[in-house]
This record gives sequence, structure tokens and C-alpha cells, in this order.
Amino acid sequence: MSVAESDFPSSWKKPPFIKSPLLRWSIIIGSAIYLALAFGTMDVDWERAAEGLPRGKRFIAAFFPPNFSDNLGVMWDGIFESIWMAIISTVAGIALSVPIGLGAAKNLAPNWVYLACRSIIGGSRTFPEIILAIFAVKLFGFGPFAGFVALSIGTIGFYAKLLAEDIENINPSQAEAIKATGAGWWQWINYAIQPQVMPRMIGLSVYRLDINFRESAVVGIVGGGGIGATLNTAFERYEFDTAAAILLIIIGIVMVLEYTSGYLRKWVQ
Amino acid sequence: MPLIETPDGPVWKRRATKETLIRWFFWLIALAVIAYAWKGISDKTIWFFVQDAPRQAADIGGRMIPPKFSYMSRLWVPVWDTLNIATLGTVIALFIAVPVAFAAAHNTTPHPIVRTIAIFIIVSSRSVNSLIWALMLVFIFGPGVLAGTIAIGLRSVGFCAKLLYEGIEEIDHTQVEAIEATGASRAQQMVFGIVPQVLPTFAGIGVFRWDINIRESTILGLVGAGGIGLELSGSINTLAWTQVSMILLVILSTVIVSEWVSAKVRGAII
Repeated sequence: MSVAESDFPSSWKKPPFIKSPLLRWSIIIGSAIYLALAFGTMDVDWERAAEGLPRGKRFIAAFFPPNFSDNLGVMWDGIFESIWMAIISTVAGIALSVPIGLGAAKNLAPNWVYLACRSIIGGSRTFPEIILAIFAVKLFGFGPFAGFVALSIGTIGFYAKLLAEDIENINPSQAEAIKATGAGWWQWINYAIQPQVMPRMIGLSVYRLDINFRESAVVGIVGGGGIGATLNTAFERYEFDTAAAILLIIIGIVMVLEYTSGYLRKWVQ
Repeated sequence: MPLIETPDGPVWKRRATKETLIRWFFWLIALAVIAYAWKGISDKTIWFFVQDAPRQAADIGGRMIPPKFSYMSRLWVPVWDTLNIATLGTVIALFIAVPVAFAAAHNTTPHPIVRTIAIFIIVSSRSVNSLIWALMLVFIFGPGVLAGTIAIGLRSVGFCAKLLYEGIEEIDHTQVEAIEATGASRAQQMVFGIVPQVLPTFAGIGVFRWDINIRESTILGLVGAGGIGLELSGSINTLAWTQVSMILLVILSTVIVSEWVSAKVRGAII
């Protein structure tokens, strides 16, 4: 029995990631066209960008060493303002989120409450905190109060949504058992629902505190107070060494918070 | 859950007395912190402006309606810029994220010191918000889409590399071993053993981050980094409220469309 040599392949090729050749080639050609268009229409002033390189060097040089001493008072002010803002907006946001979250859980609330609470959540999730902050600054004036309002609204969208989803996923048999003892609505919530969602909710509030601190570093750029405002001022005065110090402080606090929140969440669960 | 003996018989309580006291103490401390924090904020607030806010809100709200639909003709270019900032930023981020992720994953890192450096890159990229990256880059490169694109890129590196290296650490080792048994070199093991396993994750991360980046690039213009945020801050500064509401509508629809696209694509990949 003789078999032609060509029946046994002597080479092998990796199978492509996308199987259909038509789809594969249209994606490749499509992205090539898109990239060409994007680069063609991007209005980049390369001369200005090249000018920026020495500035970039100066900026990086400012990190060695950063200047912690010259504006220490202002920096402390900004940091504390950010921390206060993060704490208050987390507390206020969660306080508002609990009723909304209860209302937005399908297994607790009647239909019209459900729809109303879901639309509140949807509304507060629509825009990023920074856009909320712009409007809050317009309404409440410059300062941490505007940042506090913006972050609280952001917290509602995050916390109430997750709370509602968690309540919808509880173990119904425990809730039924409490109901069978003749518990009223409050007792039912307090002894059947709350213990089941509490560990995760504590973890999430620490996580949200972490997010709110990060965001509080940003709302200051549009006038919402906090360390962001200090950072923006430092940039506007070309005090790069102070800006570098502030950035390092922000990174430091964020890292500490991230570790603590991760650790706390593991410990609670 | 203790039973407490009283003259009238045992009474059920949720917690023992000591635990209840500890809890009360904890709440007291929390309350003190909150009160102090509130004082910190309220000292810096001009309450007259806060009382005036409802009137202001009604005023601005009234001025925002109806949105100026004719303004759309001037918004197409900023929207296209926003799209480019997000997409090119994601592409840059993915290019940087791949080597960083391979250096950060336990099973592919060449050396523990390299791993520490890679983890440091990931953490520092993640802890600085894209708006702050943009603020810095606008000072370096001048206002425009370039600063925005690089800001988005630098910000996304940490996110993409983190998810990717977790994906690399979770691969099936038997496949890599099988490739190794054929006599493949380390590079070949990488290409034929690891890459095909993480490619779907990689594509998923890219699309996921692209969706987030669309949201972020809409606001980068606030610090001058191009895109639709530039029009937004311009319109707010000139108090052109009908334009502002139009821009907000456009941002909203961009975000919804990008969310839909990313959900579709990720559904097709996974």
C-alpha cells in the first residue's frame, strides 16, 4: 500500500484565533482603515509636543526629591479636606442607599417602588462624579460641600445597586423561616435579610470609602475642594516639586486604603 | 445568641451584654469621627450659597431646556476625537500591558526583582486617576488629543496588566508541560502554550477597558486634553446651558452605545 508523501503534512500552523477567515480579514482590514483614519484626523501639534519633552524632564526631575516642606500647611489642609469629604460622602451616600436599595430589590418591594428606586439608581449612575461635581460647584459654590454632594450621589448609584442585587440573591428559605415565626416587616428585614447581606455590605462600604477618596482627589480639579484643588493650584503655579509631593501622598494613601480595604473585606467574609 | 435569666424566666436576646457594649462603643467612635469630619467640611462651606442652591438649580435647569439640537453639527468632530482617545489609548495600554503582565505573573516572570518592578508599575498606574494623568500630560505636551490619548493609555496599563497577569497565573499548566515535552524553548512554550490560553482573556480585557475608557475620555477635556469634554467645559464657562444639555445627551448616548458594543463583543468572545 503506497501512500503519497503529501498525505502526511510535514509542517504545522497554529490555528487562528478567529476561525472564520471572512470575519478575521474584515476585522484586520477594518482596524487598519480605522487606525489610518484616526491618525490622519488626529490634530496633533508635534512641534509643541517636542517642546514638551524638556518640560517632561523637568517634571520628572521634580520627583527627585519632591518638595514636602514649602507648602506643608496647604497640603495638610487639602488632605484632611479630602479625607473628611470621603468619610462624610460615604456615610451620607450609604444612609441614602439603604432605603433605595431595599426599594430596588424585586423580592421586597411592590412594583411601583421597585421602578422608582431603580430609576433613581440609574439616574445617579448616568454621569461620572466629575460631571456631577461641576454642577454641584455651580449650585453650592466652590469648596468641599460641592464635592461631598457629587460623591454622595455617586455612592448611591454604586451602593444601592449592589445592595439591591445582594438582597435579590439571598437565601429565601431563611427569610421564610423568620416569616413563619410571625415576624413583622421590620423584624423580617432585621433578622432575615440584614444578617445575610451585612458582611458583603461592610466590605463594599470600605471599598466605596476607598473609591471616594480617589475621586475626592479629582473633584478638586473642577472646584470641589480637597487635595485635587491643592494639586491643581500647584500645577498652575508651575510648582512641580510640590505637585510631585502631592501625587506621592495621593498614591501612598490610595495604596494604604487599597490594602486595608482588601484585608478588611477578607476578614469580614 | 444568649438566653438571659430574669425573674420572669429566660429572655432571648440577639447579643450578649458585653458584645452589645462593644458595639455601642464602636458606634460612638464612628459617630465622633463623622461629626468631626462634618465640622471640617461645614467650616469651609458658605451656607448662603447652599441655601440658594434650589433656586439656582431651578434657574439652570430652566435654561438647559430645550437642548440646542442644531449644535450637534459642531459636535461630530469632538465625538470622533473622544472615540480616538479611548481607542488609541486602549491600544497603547495593551501594548505596554502585555510585557508588564508576563513580567508580573508568577509562572512567567524572569526574576523576582523584575516581578516587583512590574507590580510597582501596575500599582502606580492604577492609583493615579486619568484626569490627574491628563493634567500632568497637558502641562508636558500642551492641550490636545495627544495628552488625552497618552493619559488614557498610562491609566489603563495597570488595569489591563493586572487582569492579564491574573489570567496568566490561572492557565492550565499541563498544556505548557506538553509543549515543553516536545523540546520547545521557553519562548516557544510562551507562544504555543501560554498565549493561546490567555488570548480570549486578553481580547475580553481590551474590550472591557475600551468601554471604561470611552466614559473617561468624555471628561478629559475638562483639563484641556481634547474630546467632547473640551466643548463641555467651554459651554459651561460661557454659560451656554442649552449647549451643555445637548453635550450631556451626546455623552449619555455615546456611553450607552459603547456599553452595548462591548457587551456584544464580549458575549461573542466568551
